[in-house]
Amino acid sequence: MHLPAGDFRTSYRADTTIFPTRNSRIALWLGIAALCAAPLLLGRYEMTILIQIGYFAIAALGLNILVGFTGQISIGHAAFFGFGAFASAGFVAQGVPVALAIPLAGLVTALVGLVFGLPAARLKGLYLAIATLAAQFILEDFFARAAWFSGGVAGRVTESFSLFGIRFDQPETYFYIVLFWVLVMFVGAANLMRTRDGRALVAVRDHYLSAEMMGINLAYYRTLSFGIASFYAGVGGALYAHHILFVSVEAFNILFSIQFLAMVIIGGLGSIMGSLMGAAFMVIMPEAVQSAAQALEGSWVDTALNLGSSLNFLREMAIGAAIILFLIFEPDGLAHRWRLIRAYWKLYPYSH
Amino acid sequence: MEWALLVQLLVNGLIVGALYGVVAMSFVLIYKASQVVNFAQGEFLLVGAWACWWLITSQQLPFWLAFPVCLAFMTVFGIVLQVVVLRPLIGEPVISVIMATVGLSIFFQALMKWMFGVFAQPFPAIFGADRIELLGLEVKSVYLLSLGLSAVIMLGFWWFFTFSKHGLAMRATAFDQQVAQSLGVSVPRVFAMSWAISAVVSAVAGVVVGVVSGVSSGLSFYGIKVFPAVILGGLDSIVGAMLGGIIVGVLENLAQYVDSQWLNWGNMINIAPFYALILILLIKPYGLFGTKNIERV
Repeated sequence: MHLPAGDFRTSYRADTTIFPTRNSRIALWLGIAALCAAPLLLGRYEMTILIQIGYFAIAALGLNILVGFTGQISIGHAAFFGFGAFASAGFVAQGVPVALAIPLAGLVTALVGLVFGLPAARLKGLYLAIATLAAQFILEDFFARAAWFSGGVAGRVTESFSLFGIRFDQPETYFYIVLFWVLVMFVGAANLMRTRDGRALVAVRDHYLSAEMMGINLAYYRTLSFGIASFYAGVGGALYAHHILFVSVEAFNILFSIQFLAMVIIGGLGSIMGSLMGAAFMVIMPEAVQSAAQALEGSWVDTALNLGSSLNFLREMAIGAAIILFLIFEPDGLAHRWRLIRAYWKLYPYSH
Repeated sequence: MEWALLVQLLVNGLIVGALYGVVAMSFVLIYKASQVVNFAQGEFLLVGAWACWWLITSQQLPFWLAFPVCLAFMTVFGIVLQVVVLRPLIGEPVISVIMATVGLSIFFQALMKWMFGVFAQPFPAIFGADRIELLGLEVKSVYLLSLGLSAVIMLGFWWFFTFSKHGLAMRATAFDQQVAQSLGVSVPRVFAMSWAISAVVSAVAGVVVGVVSGVSSGLSFYGIKVFPAVILGGLDSIVGAMLGGIIVGVLENLAQYVDSQWLNWGNMINIAPFYALILILLIKPYGLFGTKNIERV
């Protein structure tokens, strides 16, 4: 927290406020207003990208609560994301309205997450990483096999969002639904971290032995954070399902899970806004790789490296390289870089 | 019951399991020496096999020359990875180190697909595809060769860690880094060496699998099968890793048998080890033979 010298908080209320200064509150409202106006200004392609950033950010925030705030690792997040997508599509097929199916899918996914979280409560670090890796493969196998749930190999078609007879089936309109959920989930997470439970999660991360000695129930909070993370993943997956309108098993593979981890690491572990930045980075980077490849089309680089047909591999390589480079050079992620930039301007022309 | 099929599958399991064991051993080697959990172990197999394949088919080298060149390349590869990627991360939390190796894993998987395509490429015939009758079973001679090679590698590991100076230095480092350092062991060199050996041994396994069933990106799945094996055998025991590998190999073939005879679920050969893994972790959170960390404040 970078505050000007002499600005001391005199009450807990002031210390735990979400927005420490008036300017930050104004910036938030301006940001929301700008986003609400975005469909008027931006084209369809840009709106699609914003929608993607939205639902990925929700799922990444869930993973950040698990990894960044509780210190538990999960290499199976995409499986829960997929579970949410299938669950929502399944509810809609049963006649539940889409608006209701999205939170319901979140709840069901949270339940599944709790089931997987129970064994995970005893594990940590490396063993947990391996167990969640196994969960990823088991769930993927389950999706491929359970045709009643996922439509099997053929996948499952679902409907677009509609409320009170209004259809939100275009990117320009569906964007508002995603924006609503992003706001709800992010404010929810920011508030969660101010509560007793949120502080308990952070305590478990920082030193689980001390936390246990202070009376924090380790198993309870580890399981709880798995449940919360799955809830976020489920809601994100449901939003994904009603955007793409087609859910199929192959999408939720291990690479997808790693992509979520990459978002969290690139954004910044233990930073709520970082999840959003990480999701934005991971959505925009492949697009940038693609347009770079297209810009080089026909040049000698293109012919030498055969760029056109290997875009997918280039993207995957970029993801891997981004993870490694961020871990080595910017382990605290984009959120940290952003804090530095802000502090620089706040303190200008002095450096401290 | 089809006894012939069952026995055949068990023999297959033993052979594949021995390869899993070799890969698991090289995984444990890295973990013991430098406390890094290497999620990119499978990519060592992949890179090694593709390098050897490229030397033979595209550079027209004979196998006896291509193989050592490939192993020399893998030595350098392992050392470079350790120095460039893992060394800056010493002292970082476990999650960061795990993520770095995960990043390496997808980077090299994609790079190999980019360079060599997505299709499986057969190795040029090196040993011939003759079959040998053994106790009434038909076994491909390549399989026997792979079993023999696995045994040689295991013996080599045993000799290395029991008698050679470097192996002893490595064990000392694994036991206590500070004490090893004060006794004149160069810890950075031990780290680099463990990665080099691990890469080379994995590459041998990769080439063997490539010779048997062609080189493809499926090779990297061996790196994931390592986890059930090491959880069974304990993360810090080389003998345990070997045993774990064999058990996983036999287990998945047994699951395949049960599946084909009664269940008809399909895909059990790939998934059964992970069910076993979850079960074991439920009962013993540190693995079957792993040492329980006693933490003091």
